[in-house]
Amino acid sequence: MNIPEDRRYTKTHEWAKLDGGLIVVGISDFAQESLGDVVYVETPEVGREVAAGEAVAVIESVKTASDVYAPVAGKIAEVNEALADAPETVNEDPYEGGWLFKIEPADAAALEGLLSPEDYAKLVEEES
Amino acid sequence: MDFTPHTADDVRTMLAELGMQDLRELYADLPPELLEPQLNLPEPLSEQEVLVHLQELAARNQTAAKSFLGGGVRPHFVPSLVPALAQRGEFLTAYTPYQPEVSQGVLQAIFEYQTMIAELTGLDVSNASLYDGAEALAEGVLLALRQTRRMGVVVSQGVHPEYRQVLATYLHAVGAEMRMVALEGGLTPAAQFDDSVGAVVLQSPNFIGAIENPEPWIAAAHQAGALVVYVADPLSLALLKTPGEWGADVAVGDGQPLGNAMNFGGPHFGYIAVREKLLRQLPGRLVSETRDVDGRRGYVLALAAREQHIRRAKAKSNITTNAQLTALMGAMYLASLGPAGLAEVATTAVVRAHELAAALAEIDGVELATPQPFFNEFALRLPRPADEVRAALAARGWHAAAPVPAEYGENLALFAATERHGGADIDGLRQALAEVLS
Repeated sequence: MNIPEDRRYTKTHEWAKLDGGLIVVGISDFAQESLGDVVYVETPEVGREVAAGEAVAVIESVKTASDVYAPVAGKIAEVNEALADAPETVNEDPYEGGWLFKIEPADAAALEGLLSPEDYAKLVEEES
Repeated sequence: MDFTPHTADDVRTMLAELGMQDLRELYADLPPELLEPQLNLPEPLSEQEVLVHLQELAARNQTAAKSFLGGGVRPHFVPSLVPALAQRGEFLTAYTPYQPEVSQGVLQAIFEYQTMIAELTGLDVSNASLYDGAEALAEGVLLALRQTRRMGVVVSQGVHPEYRQVLATYLHAVGAEMRMVALEGGLTPAAQFDDSVGAVVLQSPNFIGAIENPEPWIAAAHQAGALVVYVADPLSLALLKTPGEWGADVAVGDGQPLGNAMNFGGPHFGYIAVREKLLRQLPGRLVSETRDVDGRRGYVLALAAREQHIRRAKAKSNITTNAQLTALMGAMYLASLGPAGLAEVATTAVVRAHELAAALAEIDGVELATPQPFFNEFALRLPRPADEVRAALAARGWHAAAPVPAEYGENLALFAATERHGGADIDGLRQALAEVLS
């Protein structure tokens, strides 16, 4: 199971990574594999204020549809438009090309409150 | 598939598991009078005697085939082809087509229905139908609120008052705010909307029959970032500019005028159509065309992840079914008439309604209360309360003058005409109304 060291994770299987003042959010390798083939990603509206833990996106796979939660509070700054035509990128490249949205964080330090790669690896081990 | 009951062996096995001898022991807690009720029934009759009895009862029915009542439900001629097809077992008894491998016929029929509704409304996509016009309106407004993430709704008073009641019930449950804009001179006045408004609703032809100019409302709504839900009688769309052409985002309405009898006010079917950007918000079933592994055309339920059986509490709607048979009757009706035939039916209805209005407005004390142009319904102001007039006409065998709620004005009554009403019918109603009012 691929769990890159350069970012933080949530109990709901999102990853979050600081990039140029924005927090990029996607779902983990474990999450994409559990979901199965992704067929549609409903991204949030740019400019929307979101709370930490708020459901902001929906990933539809051939098996189910699951909410994606904002790891930190802030404003949606950008969404991955490319997923509209290529939702399978979430499966193929969950940590880079398959990012979902970027948050302009109310407090960038909130990232520190999320799970470390080691803690997330333990969580995945328990759940799998 | 045949129904297979439990065999006597099955029952014995299950009872043994429960440590019981007799099925009666399972029902020991029930009062005996419920288990063996004394039914007050007459003696048995032969089939022939039952038929005679039922024919006697049926002869006491008053037919509403010549109803002039209006209010969105009207008698139209339904070609025999429609009931003949609709009563085929494949349509009449078909259940949810979850398995495309055994449901191609009904799936294709639904797909054709959806296509016709999309064409009629000038919008991109329709679902497999909803229950009736009022419910379709409520779903259309909820859809707009989900999309805009707003909780304000502005509704024209021109929207059918019963639809507004149903809408208010739904909106109360989700905590949305609903405001009404009163008609002025029978038409919806210009309005401004603030950025709390997610949905604006207007109806054309409106409740009292007038054809609205929806352009100012649509422009103001879009200016404010709100979506427009347009309530339209589907028959009127054969002649009038469509909701899609006007720029509306959602079109809803009651399908009764399309191939369905009045059915005592229901069951009918409701239609809903939306722009493609709202597709993911659309409630209920959706059928899509696809190709199988051999490249052959086929039909399947699509985008099911919006729905309750997959998304549970987070589904776009609690709607899990549709008005299958009545909606397919609508599609059969549309297919049997074609666009030109439908326009002919609509034109005839307009002509008859205007003849009727002119004839009735000649009566002393009666005046037309609906501004021109109107479609095939209109309101008259009567010299007496409408419910008295309606009752007196009904006693003479004429079903007309549906009372209009007092919020629209005093002593107003709705009248409608269709291709079912000939010159003799119009003349007969005129005489009856003149007598009742004299």
